[in-house]
Amino acid sequence: MDLNTEYDVVVIGSGLAGLTGANQLAKWGRRVLLLEQQPNLGGLAAWFRRRGGHVFDVSLHGFPFGMKKSCRKYWNQKITDSIIQLSRIRLDNPQFNITSSFELGDLTRLLIEHFRVPPEMVDRFFRRLKEMEFYSESSQTTRELLEESFPGRSDVHRLLMEPITYANGSTPEDPAITFGIVFSNFLNRGVYTFQGGTDNLVREMRLELENNGVHIRNRARAEKILVKQGKIAGITVGGQEIRCRAVLSNANLLHTILNLVGKEYFSPSYLDLAGSVRMSGSSCQVYLGIREGEEVPDFADLLFTSTLPHYDPAALSAKEVTSQSFSFYSPKIRPGHNRYTIVASSNARWDDWAHLSDEEYQADKQRLIGKTIANLERYLPGITDKIDHREAATPRTFARYTGHLLGASFGTKFEGLKVSQDISREIGGLFHTGSVGIIMSGWLGTVNYGVIVAHSLEVFLGSPSRGDQGGIHEI
Amino acid sequence: MTREEIIKLIFAIIAEIAPDEDLSHVAPDVPLREQLDLDSMDFLDIVMELRKRHGVEVPEADYPELVTLDKCVAYLGPKLKK
Ligand SMILES: Cc1cc2nc3c(=O)[nH]c(=O)nc-3n(C[C@H](O)[C@H](O)[C@H](O)COP(=O)(O)OP(=O)(O)OC[C@H]3O[C@@H](n4cnc5c(N)ncnc54)[C@H](O)[C@@H]3O)c2cc1C
Repeated sequence: MDLNTEYDVVVIGSGLAGLTGANQLAKWGRRVLLLEQQPNLGGLAAWFRRRGGHVFDVSLHGFPFGMKKSCRKYWNQKITDSIIQLSRIRLDNPQFNITSSFELGDLTRLLIEHFRVPPEMVDRFFRRLKEMEFYSESSQTTRELLEESFPGRSDVHRLLMEPITYANGSTPEDPAITFGIVFSNFLNRGVYTFQGGTDNLVREMRLELENNGVHIRNRARAEKILVKQGKIAGITVGGQEIRCRAVLSNANLLHTILNLVGKEYFSPSYLDLAGSVRMSGSSCQVYLGIREGEEVPDFADLLFTSTLPHYDPAALSAKEVTSQSFSFYSPKIRPGHNRYTIVASSNARWDDWAHLSDEEYQADKQRLIGKTIANLERYLPGITDKIDHREAATPRTFARYTGHLLGASFGTKFEGLKVSQDISREIGGLFHTGSVGIIMSGWLGTVNYGVIVAHSLEVFLGSPSRGDQGGIHEI
Repeated sequence: MTREEIIKLIFAIIAEIAPDEDLSHVAPDVPLREQLDLDSMDFLDIVMELRKRHGVEVPEADYPELVTLDKCVAYLGPKLKK
């Protein structure tokens, strides 16, 4: 495709936030160019094919019901109609072995009947969650919230917190508000997935973008964001300069500031703030393909398994893996496709994987695969013989694919939200979207954040004379 | 615009954002979010639609002005005059 040399907006990166932001701006009539360095759109909403007819989904383990509403509002009915519930989420560890849909009613029942928590206590906790507002100034941590709500009940804390640690890398030291928002999202109606797989979802999104007039370029890495007199002038891609009035960067927040723009363009106080931003951790995954004709017994949609005696977030991401979540993909998830696949995910630390020699790296990956299959055998005896493809990804894999610092899987900790939002106060026309602040992470968080930032960008474009008010708005 | 017209316009927007909501019993002086299943994204949608359909810009600092129907009428009235 020939590119124009001028756009209203260049979107850098096609993660779910970049895609949704681009779509929204195009629907408002803006001329949008979307650049993605990879051959596929979607960013971490990724999939890949392997010999033996396997298709693996990377981040399609589950998202909240709210995704359905957001897809209806910001994408289309077809996408919305493909969202289906995953109702059997199993947690198995030395403290308990339960299955739940993680809907409010079902979780209430479990807490009262299985965990023997007084009903008033359960009720008070859920009411507390409901009342949590983004704006309520509170420095309470999640640990404090859980301890206050269920004193001394480490098993209950584990039930409530461990799935969230898997989902977004957050820990009890993170602000209670981040737990409250994410947990309430799931509680609302449980856990959902996209029937048809990530590839279908992204194909539908691409069609929608094209219908709305977005110019899309894959294998196109933006090299620089050009700033003149404190304002966006354009970007460069493949050595070519493209002029635009605004840039929406879906690249990693710090990568955007330090590499794509360059720190000389920012104020010292902003750089200080940016310097304090922590990443939310990374992941390892093991992808297991089941041989054609073989089936996997249908016993759970998601399994969170851990041999740790207690919930321990540091140990959850230790290299010696003790805790994994397994996603079971059956032909039900991909109608028309007859293969089963299993994807095991664990939280991981960049430092544990970054500095290994090639040999050590390969050996450690094999060890991870071996441990994962042994773990799975505890639930599905004989599964080893049905596997005909096995492969691992590590923080290095995610870093290479996305360019995210430290292979960040879930974006930044809470402080990243403010840095992301304030970027447009630093450079007129520069906006950032993507996983930040824990609450804007995950499929739902990034889709919504894409819209939130697109709106601020639209306001900026619509009223250039009021550029000083073009700052982003917290919702 | 009259009060009725403003309320109609707000309802038209909400009906699209939250098609399952019953708007026939909304009390004008009670926060919309206490009566309807609207979250903060729905609220932003109302702001975005006001901008798109009616050219009205609601800066973030003014979001509290849209909390109830009565407040919407008071706030949007002068902006929607034509
Ligand atoms: C292993 C794993 C499992 C997960 N599971 C779930 C799950 O089950 N449910 C859930 O809700 N969430 C899950 N997540 C999180 C979720 O996938 C992410 O939060 C979300 O997809 C991130 O979207 P994003 O918009 O931040 O962009 P990203 O997906 O991070 O995409 C950014 C894009 O920008 C591109 N890019 C960067 N720099 C440039 C450049 N200079 N030029 C061009 N392109 C560039 C990258 O190539 C990439 O495509 C998971 C994440 C991981 C890693």
